[in-house]
Amino acid sequence: MAVTRTQATEERVVGRAPSGDHFIEFDGVTKRYQARHGSTLALSDVSLSVGRKEFVVLIGQSGCGKTTALRILAGLIRPTAGEVRVEGQSLWRGERRDDDALAKLGLVFQDPNLFPWYSVEENIALPLRLRGVGKRERRGRARELSELVGLSGFEESFPRELSGGMRQRVAIARSLSYRPEILLMDEPFGALDALTRDKMNLELQRIAAATDATVVFVTHSITEAVFLADRVVLLSARPGRLRSVTSVEFERPRQLDVETMPAFQERVRELRHQLEEDEEANP
Amino acid sequence: MRDLLRGKLLPWISTPIVLVLVIVVWKLVIAVFDVSEFVLPQPEDVASAMVDVVQSNGFWGHVRTTLVETLVGFGIALILGVALGAVLGRIVWLERALRPVIVASQVVPKVALIPLFIVWFGFGVTSKIVIAAMLAFFPIMLNVLLGVRSVDTGHRDVMRSLNAGRWATFWRLEYHSTLPYVFAGMEIGIVFAIIGSVVGEYLGGNQGLGYMIVVSLNALNAEQLFAVIVILTLIGFGLFLAVIGLKRFMIPWHESVVGADQSSS
Repeated sequence: MAVTRTQATEERVVGRAPSGDHFIEFDGVTKRYQARHGSTLALSDVSLSVGRKEFVVLIGQSGCGKTTALRILAGLIRPTAGEVRVEGQSLWRGERRDDDALAKLGLVFQDPNLFPWYSVEENIALPLRLRGVGKRERRGRARELSELVGLSGFEESFPRELSGGMRQRVAIARSLSYRPEILLMDEPFGALDALTRDKMNLELQRIAAATDATVVFVTHSITEAVFLADRVVLLSARPGRLRSVTSVEFERPRQLDVETMPAFQERVRELRHQLEEDEEANP
Repeated sequence: MRDLLRGKLLPWISTPIVLVLVIVVWKLVIAVFDVSEFVLPQPEDVASAMVDVVQSNGFWGHVRTTLVETLVGFGIALILGVALGAVLGRIVWLERALRPVIVASQVVPKVALIPLFIVWFGFGVTSKIVIAAMLAFFPIMLNVLLGVRSVDTGHRDVMRSLNAGRWATFWRLEYHSTLPYVFAGMEIGIVFAIIGSVVGEYLGGNQGLGYMIVVSLNALNAEQLFAVIVILTLIGFGLFLAVIGLKRFMIPWHESVVGADQSSS
């Protein structure tokens, strides 16, 4: 039932979407951070494509550039070399970002980053407000989304009154409000306890399916990666480069007990082994 | 009892107790050390002097003068402080260029400049307004500068990832996150403004509660002097509470407001 292909090789790994469509493309993306003394190569020549409605998880040890890769895709930082394309459209045009490409992206951070001066409803509808959507429509959409993320009845609450998991749900709802086709998530559940995290992963799977979203997800948890992903992309550190791409083809929707399956554990073991090798090579 | 201690009632109980204690100690000091009434009058004499002062001719005129000086000076300080603090907070090189001047102006004992302002702006209301404005300006400006710099980077990322323009970023993010700092500056500024106008009044002029202090002192009228001080305290308290009230209204979401509410609910 589970078929897995791993290409872990010494030569340059190129992560191609198995469906053959290149909804999102990283083309030779390199990022060099200029510091006072010398520079650091955060990402080196990363090429990867993500198909429509695919769920791709980036993992790697800390400092491997996975967050950098996601922030480049989100248009928050500009690559030093290479190009990011969304539906064939280049995200960066010199100093400027492409508005159309940007409008297709929804970003969820490790911290919920909610605005404490806005209620849950206002936080969810913030992107709509920036787009000039009218009050009535904003309200309707915010209610719809609070229901989707399981926060009905909390619309009038303020972020400080919510638990960590609930805040992150609001952040997810906010990123969904303008119906982006692509959801970018940077360790969104990293700060949550294990139980809440499991629950959120199940919900995320459901939300991704319900909204037909393409998801690029960053985590350092191998189990989380295998549970969520269609493909797990492993980045090696210093400089960050593509090391391997693992397909995970368990049926969806996946339940938590998929984690007890031998095939699941095999995937986890394999990835852990690669990570450990990488850490030995880059202590 | 526990609820009582944590409840909103606590200050209403503790304040009278503290007041009574102060008065008891006050009377004890007079009795034990045999203090002259010209140095420290009896509390009840101060109380009756207060009644006399309030009923005296021109008292409300003095109150009005001090209030006008304080509020106008504070208003000017607020406008200039927010404007300059915002500009310096945003334009890093300008702040760096002006930093020595700002530090120098902080270090100057500004009260020592007050006689100079009276020479420049005369014995009337203007000089006191300028003094009040100058004293209140710095805490407000410095807090706003800090506030503009303290906008959360995560919040900035949210706005950037949503492709928000400059104006939207200001209105939805920077304005709200700087407001608590504006109020922190205002809380200090209002107190400084009162100090400025009162000190200005007693160094020169013939109006205001500061002038009344000088007159009482010259007449060796200790009861009246104390009475005016108590009245000034009440006015200061009222202005401070007005700022706090405005803060609760404007930023009910902020920790400084929520925290105060939670510890009293």
